Amino acid sequence: MEQTRIGVFVCHCGSNIGGVVDVPAVVEYARALPNVVYAERNLYSCSEAGLSSLKQGIRAQRLNRVIVAACTPRTHEPLFKNACEEAGLNRYLFEFVNIREHCSWIHRKDKEQATEKAKRLIRMGVAKASLLEPQEETESNVIPAVLVIGGGIAGMTAALNLARQGFRAHLVEKQARLGGWLPHINRLCPTDEEAARLIDSVIREAQAHERIILHMPATVQEVSGYIGNFHVTVAEKEGKCTFDVGTIIVATGAEVLQPLGLYGYGRFPNVITQLELEERLRPPPSPSPVNDGGGKRWESTVFINCVGARIPERPYCSRVCCMTSLKNAIRLKKQNPAAQVYVLHRDLMTYGVEFERYYRRAMEAGVRFLRYDIERPPQVVGNGRAEAVVVWDTLRGQERRLPVDAVVLNAPLIPASDNATLSRLLKVPLAESGFFLEAHVKLRPVEFATDGVYVCGTARWPADVSESIAQAYAASAKAAIPMRAGAVTAEAITAFSVPERCMGCGTCVVTCPYQAIELRIANGGHVLSGTEGLQKQVAWVNVVQCKGCGSCVAACPSKAMQQRGFTDQQVLEMISVISGL
Amino acid sequence: MSEQDFHPRIVAFCCNWCSYAGADLAGVSRLQMPTDFQVIRVMCSARVAPEWIIKTLSAGIDGVMVLGCHIGDCHYIAGNHRAAKRFALLKEMLGFVGIHPDRLRVDWVSASEGTKFQTIVTEFVERVRELGPTREFVTAHRRLDTD
Repeated sequence: MEQTRIGVFVCHCGSNIGGVVDVPAVVEYARALPNVVYAERNLYSCSEAGLSSLKQGIRAQRLNRVIVAACTPRTHEPLFKNACEEAGLNRYLFEFVNIREHCSWIHRKDKEQATEKAKRLIRMGVAKASLLEPQEETESNVIPAVLVIGGGIAGMTAALNLARQGFRAHLVEKQARLGGWLPHINRLCPTDEEAARLIDSVIREAQAHERIILHMPATVQEVSGYIGNFHVTVAEKEGKCTFDVGTIIVATGAEVLQPLGLYGYGRFPNVITQLELEERLRPPPSPSPVNDGGGKRWESTVFINCVGARIPERPYCSRVCCMTSLKNAIRLKKQNPAAQVYVLHRDLMTYGVEFERYYRRAMEAGVRFLRYDIERPPQVVGNGRAEAVVVWDTLRGQERRLPVDAVVLNAPLIPASDNATLSRLLKVPLAESGFFLEAHVKLRPVEFATDGVYVCGTARWPADVSESIAQAYAASAKAAIPMRAGAVTAEAITAFSVPERCMGCGTCVVTCPYQAIELRIANGGHVLSGTEGLQKQVAWVNVVQCKGCGSCVAACPSKAMQQRGFTDQQVLEMISVISGL
Repeated sequence: MSEQDFHPRIVAFCCNWCSYAGADLAGVSRLQMPTDFQVIRVMCSARVAPEWIIKTLSAGIDGVMVLGCHIGDCHYIAGNHRAAKRFALLKEMLGFVGIHPDRLRVDWVSASEGTKFQTIVTEFVERVRELGPTREFVTAHRRLDTD
């Protein structure tokens, strides 16, 4: 048998690990561990230099097992596995040890103990790596169709992008019309073009495309399967509809907070939301012009930003509201240059080039900006209708009383109320805020950790139209990869049975959530010792259907079931390292 | 040995999809916690064989955590449900063989609950410190074996 030759590569991750864990000491320690023939440290193991050093090490030291002690396997594992493969090593002979998220970052105050823990974790990794075996991956087909949930600008853009590339797109919209929020919006910032013109043409194209199948009004009721083969049930007006797709894009959008009880909303008729102002500003036949109903024009309007946003219960910035208040403030000034228009804000977040320019335009147009303090929020006063806003001006350090014809409240986008249901259906997580949580905020912004499921638009986070469109292109481009390739390889972490041990009791068969196991007569392939001539039934795992949860392995009473990469022996070896230390 | 001098050996089995990600988030958020635990990643809490827990505790490990996705959120449909049932039974049995049931903690941590991970780890380490080392039990057990 070939001698086990383990190489250990310890990452400094700049000062992320190196600033807490004594990396040179850890490398020294690793070098002395059983089966370890080589150990080195890298400033960044994931860098070009780090990866080539890894490959060089594999070749020069004839390594047959590799350990990288760095960050979480949830992000960079494929990168290092690919590097192993490039150096001629089977990717399943790689073991990742997490000494950043699970060590240096959470034990910053105790460098000595953190270093000891890093050593233990690496020793556990070495114990497991010694028992790793090369594996073959299995391929499964990908159906060239996508399910897009949500018919707003993001969903339609994603569906169109894929339909144009030749894929079938099932577009599911819960309302009776397409477009999401955009049909309620007057003009778009910072170009001031009419929202209707943009959205109407996209709607027309989505409705007309031969490869887009509209389900509307409809909701997704059931999703089973995995990347390449999702089985979807949609509830429509007239019964149910089922179809199969290879990928799924979540573009369900967000809702707008109704600021009931805040700043006189619901009490004074002339306190309205930004969205209600949008409706009034829209060209005819819009419901009512910008006046008080009696024909009097607004001579004084006050916008209040961050209504119900950036507070302890809703700590995030809704991102689009500052620009919306600029947009509509400019519009009111344009309609009536003599009018007083105030924007009361906590901080004005006009990021980037275009929006900063937009801010200047608003100032030039004569819009007044006034910064208020969350500790002393503005008061809307009046009798029957709002008459004035009393606000503490933090810059001047004095109280101001602004007479008003109307008050416009800028409330944030909030997570859609059905996010939780959809999150359960698709097995994808929500963030603490209630929006969908992407696989990685920086490196994988439009996909979920679950393969084949993607996210775009305001389902993920408040975003404006151009950002939603950009994300829709990104998500659909990502979804196109497996559909274009036509096949995906499944990670070889599947279960397998040892026929000699199997009693054929079938516990695994009923345990498996994917119906991947069946009992088969053990013959031909493996004649069981002592059972020659006997017909014995043993468990057989269909590796294409097995998703690698390992539930059957834990359930097997005769230890005939094992899981590749997570065998009992591998885990127990890791445990004996901790108990023996 | 006082409670503070005692550094327990603790294993946390975390599922790949929720609790391991929650532990990652605790790291990303720089939430500080005791060093006395090691995470072992499994794909699903249902992979954690009850036998592992027994072997772990009888090998002198002072406490074991099994952390999965919230009920209803399992990446593998209902593996955590299965784990919940298995470990409810195992907890009963632990008491029966003389291991304090508090040495096993089964809980649910989502990918967004870094703070919850920190709380569970901190509480559990504290509890195991109170319980003291499992050594006594293990030594007694070995003595029985040799008698």
